[in-house]
Amino acid sequence: MSTRSVLFFVLIGALFISSVAPFAWQLIASLKDSSEIYSVPVTYVPAKPTLNAYIDVFKSRPFFRYIVNSLLVSLGTTSLCLVVAALAGYALARLRIRYQGALSFSILVACLFPQIIFLIPLYQLMAWLRLVNNPLGLLLPYVTFSLPLAIWVLMGFFKTIPREIEEQAMVDGFSRLGILTRIVLPLSWPALATCAILIFVGPFAWNEFIFALTFMTRDLSRTVPVGIALLSGTSMYEIPWNQICAACVLTTVPLVIFVVIFQGRIIEGLTRGALKG
Amino acid sequence: MTEEKFGILLIVPALCLLAVIALYPIVRSFHLSFTESGEFVGLSNFVSIFHDERFRDASLTTLLFFSISVPLELILGIGVALLLQGKFKGRGIVRAAHLIPWALPTVVMAIAWKWIFNDAYGVFNDILLRLGIIREPIAWLGLPGKAFFCIIVAEVWKCVPFVTIIILAGLQSIPRELYEALSVDGAGYWQRFRLITLPLLRPAILVALIFRGTQALGVFDSIWVMTGGGPAGSTEPISLYIYSTVFRYLNIGYASSMVTIAFLFSLLFACIVYFVLTRRPVEY
Repeated sequence: MSTRSVLFFVLIGALFISSVAPFAWQLIASLKDSSEIYSVPVTYVPAKPTLNAYIDVFKSRPFFRYIVNSLLVSLGTTSLCLVVAALAGYALARLRIRYQGALSFSILVACLFPQIIFLIPLYQLMAWLRLVNNPLGLLLPYVTFSLPLAIWVLMGFFKTIPREIEEQAMVDGFSRLGILTRIVLPLSWPALATCAILIFVGPFAWNEFIFALTFMTRDLSRTVPVGIALLSGTSMYEIPWNQICAACVLTTVPLVIFVVIFQGRIIEGLTRGALKG
Repeated sequence: MTEEKFGILLIVPALCLLAVIALYPIVRSFHLSFTESGEFVGLSNFVSIFHDERFRDASLTTLLFFSISVPLELILGIGVALLLQGKFKGRGIVRAAHLIPWALPTVVMAIAWKWIFNDAYGVFNDILLRLGIIREPIAWLGLPGKAFFCIIVAEVWKCVPFVTIIILAGLQSIPRELYEALSVDGAGYWQRFRLITLPLLRPAILVALIFRGTQALGVFDSIWVMTGGGPAGSTEPISLYIYSTVFRYLNIGYASSMVTIAFLFSLLFACIVYFVLTRRPVEY
């Protein structure tokens, strides 16, 4: 092997290890028992691997409830956002509308500001609508802030569908709505699936923190990221680190599997979305 | 129904959501920033902010965080994208592994790093001790400069994959013939990178810069988890200061004035980037 390809594989190895090491370390820590986690020097292989931390975290906190809340909010966000974005994306990609350019640009602008900008008035709005501690109080902002990317990705895809298909459907007597729901959307299912994945793992569904921290004040309404963040330190009693790590592993394993399966789709989806604009 | 009416009907749900959830809060914040406990007070909040040392420190922290983490993410992201661009055995696995930090909740990964940097039981101290680089365990998250370093490490680790994806997309759009033409001229790897790759990657780099830049200006999750702004407020960014002003000191007017200033900063940043983005692209 030439020095060049040796260097290449060393770099690839370093990249792989640095990407998974913090996660692997969580996994190792979660398998230790309560005394080993606080032993010095640090052990790299659990002496007596145990799943106790996983059982304890469900006992000490309503962790199952957090998972249900998160699933409810993020699946709701994904489906609602997909519907709204598909309608708007189709209109912006295909139909003749005045000020089209300005419209699509102003939609994109919404994701140009950090969340803290919106937090105070949104909290007041949610309090006024009595949506504090209600999953809808998260659903609405999540859908809204996921919209720009979703619309952008879908717009890019709708533009690649040949116009002739729609013209032929018009001749065949389909209504405008019929063309959209019975021809364009079924044709676009790969793009819709990609878009759903991007919304779900994007910053505003499963992973969102600051809105969830602020709008969900009751313990039983919290989502997983907030529930986990409050496990460490700031709570009334300290939770052992092996339980914190177990909680982290529990919420990350499904996402890791998800990413491994859909890696190609995610990269392709963001590729379309990011550069066609 | 005409085509335009139908089109507008389709966009209305999206526009309504954006108007109520995104546009209204911006206008409302602007309005609130001239009030105190509901009373109109003119510019007095802004005058106080001008003399507020904590706000000045938080702004400096935010700027420092922005100007270290964003360039690092861009450089590493471009490097990794070049590395992962070609075909090799196991590319899918490495790409998937590299995407993991991006797909996981920021707070969860911040917790992982908090545990790694733990002074007594952390693996980072343990490795440094074993390698003989340090003699005594260091309280990484308990010392101002070191805590800031830890936050940067966690944030960069989490965000490089996002830049990688955008740059990979940009690399795909560069025609191969350009490289072939240049290798006929006998150009080396570095020259190919400098003369073709980098100029043609400009749109992708700017897209990554916009997204990462605005997120870095509003950094919250990772710092909230790792240090809570400490020790002694040394890692507190503007967003954390705003958050405690609202929910700990219950001073909505003052916090809104800070939001307005932060908004103007983000707007300025977006305008600069947009201006650069829309300048005439390089042509070959």
